[in-house]
Amino acid sequence: MTVATAPEPFPSGAEVQPRRHPGSEPATRPRRSLLKYLGLTPFALYVVLFLGIPTALAVFTGFLTEEGQFTVANILGMFDPLVLRTFASSFWISAVTAVVGAVVGALVCYAMLGTRSEGTLRTVIDSASSVLAQFGGVMLAFAFVATIGSQGLVTVLLKDTFNVNIFENGIWLYQVPGLLLPYIYFQVPLMIITFMPALQGLKVQWAEANATLGGSRFTYWTRIAAPVLAPSFFGSLLLLFANSFSSYATAAALISQGAQIVPLQIRGALISETVLGRENMAGALALGMIVVMVVVMWGYSVLQSRTSRWQR
Amino acid sequence: MKRSLSTATQIGAEPSTRSRWIILGIVGAIFAIPILSSLHFTFSAGLGGGYTLDHWTGLFAPDASRTYRNLFTGIGNSLVLAVVTVVIMLVILLPTMILVQLQFPRLRRTLEFICIIPITVPAIVLVVGLAPVYSVVVKVFGGSVWTLAFAYGITVLPYAYRAIQSNLDSVDVITLSEAARSLGAGWLSTVWNALLPNLRRGILAASFIAVAVVLGEFTIASLLNRKNLQTALLEVSQSDPYVAVIFSLLALGLAFFLLLLIGRLGSTDRKRSSS
Repeated sequence: MTVATAPEPFPSGAEVQPRRHPGSEPATRPRRSLLKYLGLTPFALYVVLFLGIPTALAVFTGFLTEEGQFTVANILGMFDPLVLRTFASSFWISAVTAVVGAVVGALVCYAMLGTRSEGTLRTVIDSASSVLAQFGGVMLAFAFVATIGSQGLVTVLLKDTFNVNIFENGIWLYQVPGLLLPYIYFQVPLMIITFMPALQGLKVQWAEANATLGGSRFTYWTRIAAPVLAPSFFGSLLLLFANSFSSYATAAALISQGAQIVPLQIRGALISETVLGRENMAGALALGMIVVMVVVMWGYSVLQSRTSRWQR
Repeated sequence: MKRSLSTATQIGAEPSTRSRWIILGIVGAIFAIPILSSLHFTFSAGLGGGYTLDHWTGLFAPDASRTYRNLFTGIGNSLVLAVVTVVIMLVILLPTMILVQLQFPRLRRTLEFICIIPITVPAIVLVVGLAPVYSVVVKVFGGSVWTLAFAYGITVLPYAYRAIQSNLDSVDVITLSEAARSLGAGWLSTVWNALLPNLRRGILAASFIAVAVVLGEFTIASLLNRKNLQTALLEVSQSDPYVAVIFSLLALGLAFFLLLLIGRLGSTDRKRSSS
């Protein structure tokens, strides 16, 4: 699978390097290109089997009745005020935690600029971030019960020392607002992991050029770094939004009663044995969720396509 | 890193040492609170107040391995799943990404689109469709727990993709591979000696995330009725919250040191100069 032909120019027009003279290229050989395409099959097969088929199966059930006949009743059930309220809850908690996570995470990434990527500090923060970003789930729920539960360390400390009762208006930890802190706790590390490579892609030469031309630190960050980083930053922000919108484990462990956000409502529909046909309602809810995610991810993909042009 | 830090700081490309430690110190302190609270909880003697070591010493009681058997099974299963998932990622995703970058630039958007689908299709949605798929998987591969890694490989895709792709974007792989080949390297040597060393940061980050995702995975395992670390923890938390928190902390610590070890191994290869 050698590079037999000159690679295609990038659609974004990022062609900068002069290519080798066309005459020096060997002619394209059909067998080689066949082999090339063969290299894509393992991935394609894997994705179809474990992503394509399950997704199709999951969404398809939303259009079926219990007897397997076509219906739109489940889909119309989505416009029930109760269901719409659930979607709204999911929306605002995702938005708030994504913005806070992205800003704090980016700040930490900035603080780590200039440290050796193989140094102790970076390896420790990388490892801790990876653990917290996706390791959390059920265990984060435990940790926050121990922290701000009714007998949690911080709760008791605030009450005894500062006479502040954080649960003055009722215990909100097991409600939607209680998800904010645990969610931010895994959003910030995720931001650090996903944004750090982009920040590290900033070249010192750009700052040097800026300084040589008389630019200040402020000019460098606003006129050079910000435009270069913006697509990557907002891409990561959308990724964080999607991450908390679809997060299930922490909420499932904290909120055992009711279905205040969409994933919990799907759980309720899935495991409900009392109401017939609820399983297909789960399919409809899933479809609604996917529609939201497709919009968010479309934005992400648009932003990403603008990222690569700066990084060559 | 040969370049002078002070110069980079002076021209504004990097934070000063003081602002670096102020930021890291504040964020670090806030993030330590829940962990410290959990630790505090494992020593507390219940509502009456006071401290005890009983919750910890109970783990070393002669019958502990029997009492917490489910938990140990869950931990073992999750470690196996983490390894198999990383292997799937390195064998299936990584070569495809390099191939697309070098040979199919037009397919980059398609690959990216495929790799972020698992975000738009959350685990709780996927699991509904996975149940029938797994009834086939069990027939082909048997019911061993490692088969769950096929599903985990999918949930890991977006994160692994982003980590590797950021690295691919910041390295000019086309020029690199052309240079390697013009010096007479075959494709295997090009990938192994020229591309992979430059992609190490991305590959490591992707592996970090894959391991963390698998060890923390709860949704798919719980709804497919498989036993992994998280389902076992939730189970034990209902009867003995202290033990659940202790094992959460141990698991977090274990994962942290595991990832630290991987990071350290990666950094001892050789010292790279600044790109």
